Amino acid sequence: MRFVLKTNYGQDINHFLHNGQRFWYGLLIAALLLAPFFVDRFYVGELTYLLIWVIAGTGLMLLIGYTGLVSMGHAAFMAIGAYAHAVLFKLGFPFGISLLMAGLVSGFLGAVIGIAALRMTGIYLAVATISFAFIIEKIVGEWTSVTGGHRGFVVPEPVMFGIDFGSDMSFYYLCLGVVIVAVMLVLNLLRSPMGRAMIAVRDSEISAQAMGVNLVETKTLAFTLSAFFTGLAGALYSHKIGMLFPENFTIFMSIKLLILVVVGGIGSMHGIVFGAIFISILPQVIAIVRDFLPTVIAQRRGLEPLVFGSILLLFLIYEPLGLYGRWVKIRAYFTQFPLYRRATFKRQKSYLRTERVH
Amino acid sequence: MSLFEATDIGVSFGGVRALHDVSFSVEQGEIFSIMGPNGAGKTTVFNLISRFYDLDQGDMLLDGESIRKLAPHQIAERGIARTFQNTELFENETVLQNLLTAHHTHRQTSFLAEMAFLPKVRKQELRFREKVEDIIDLLDLQSYREQRINSLPFGVRKIVELGRALSLEPKLLLLDEPSSGLNPEETEDLSFWIEDINEELGITVIMVEHDMNLLGQVSARVMALSDGELLTVGTPDEVRAHPDVVKAYLGE
Repeated sequence: MRFVLKTNYGQDINHFLHNGQRFWYGLLIAALLLAPFFVDRFYVGELTYLLIWVIAGTGLMLLIGYTGLVSMGHAAFMAIGAYAHAVLFKLGFPFGISLLMAGLVSGFLGAVIGIAALRMTGIYLAVATISFAFIIEKIVGEWTSVTGGHRGFVVPEPVMFGIDFGSDMSFYYLCLGVVIVAVMLVLNLLRSPMGRAMIAVRDSEISAQAMGVNLVETKTLAFTLSAFFTGLAGALYSHKIGMLFPENFTIFMSIKLLILVVVGGIGSMHGIVFGAIFISILPQVIAIVRDFLPTVIAQRRGLEPLVFGSILLLFLIYEPLGLYGRWVKIRAYFTQFPLYRRATFKRQKSYLRTERVH
Repeated sequence: MSLFEATDIGVSFGGVRALHDVSFSVEQGEIFSIMGPNGAGKTTVFNLISRFYDLDQGDMLLDGESIRKLAPHQIAERGIARTFQNTELFENETVLQNLLTAHHTHRQTSFLAEMAFLPKVRKQELRFREKVEDIIDLLDLQSYREQRINSLPFGVRKIVELGRALSLEPKLLLLDEPSSGLNPEETEDLSFWIEDINEELGITVIMVEHDMNLLGQVSARVMALSDGELLTVGTPDEVRAHPDVVKAYLGE
């Protein structure tokens, strides 16, 4: 076990507590930077998808994991970002500008939804966001003069400062850059007053207000930032798929994003990466397993949603803190070996309102 | 001028008159207590001051200014902090984070500056942290600093909540049954802390409390409520001996 000697309060503010962490995260970034030189082109493409999921997950994690507002319609913001970017870019806006504007358009619509949804929490909010996603999907499908409707919309090749980002490798680096910036921005927010206000709203709205947190401002901002990052992911996604259809942004994508957050680990930034890896790998695993299944089952169309749904349920019941929570336990086992006690992470009994006699 | 003044305040929920025509004033630097049997409307008074409920009648003044139209978060901005009877902490966060959250009203940075984590944000964080450490020292919370609330025993949670309210640097502190759920030693500590808070930090306190010993030790004036009506205001001994108060607790 490592004990860190703390000699000033700044150490608690820093992202990295000790050099060990600096080393491992540095190694991770180096590996990601060098990856395209060592892996097959196909895997560079897959890694790019993974990075895009991480960006979208960052947005959704801020909303669900840190502000406690459940959205089951985040595919809508992917769609808004994707179409806004593709349309603006085609109109001749520079790549960087149209990427940013796509995020801002998505963020603005997020703010509108956020204000509309201020009084809703839990299941009601989930239903409202699903409806929003359906509305956006329909608008995209019917507004043919702009979006091309169901005939599709061809996304132009990404070109910035005269550099063609069309190749797998350069686009991969672009996405990696956006991931690093997005994650840093959110991590910074979480160690500042506004991020704490969001967490306060998640844990107790009433006492957040008593501590001077403006609920309207905080929830709207959470929605806005969440939609902004997800919209940005959508804009990058549009180049990756090349041709946009309303069918790319269905409720299945929203649920995939939800799974990313829940399976990854609610309320943890590491969880986003775990969740993104999970939803990227799972379809491949299902495809492989399909070969070994009897034809009757393998040919069924609903197999993938079924597996996704079951896994979501199992995680909610048996490991509510997700893959990251599991990793924390495994790490604790090895750092305390052989002294690990099984009850270390046994969920503490919570003091309900009536539990204590006064 | 009194620090806080309530004139003829009242509120009903449907047909139930939770509070009716209650007036009282709290002087700067005082510890003012509210007592009464269950359902008397003590916590309702706090919820009215916190603006969780709207007043049906009357007015509330802080420093001579009406607060009856403010939003709940503006109450905190005006310098009124409170605790809750059964604790309302941010359960999944550490004690330190809970106390830091209370500095929200002193925040001078925008979310954009915070996302970029400009030097002024870091400076602000360090300033907040130093003030939080003062509170941690005052309430002896050092050993719990990095612990999450949901792993703490109830007695400690009550103290953490007191610390969180103090971190807001209020001029008026509302304590809702601070001793409920505490054992006699913890209650003893609490009475010293309340006196310290009042004398050393100069914070005016309004306290809802059942424990007559605690009341008698720290409070100069007590208001007795029953069924939403004001019975009497006076010293703890006077109120305890008042015939209406005896009747409210023990019956005829």
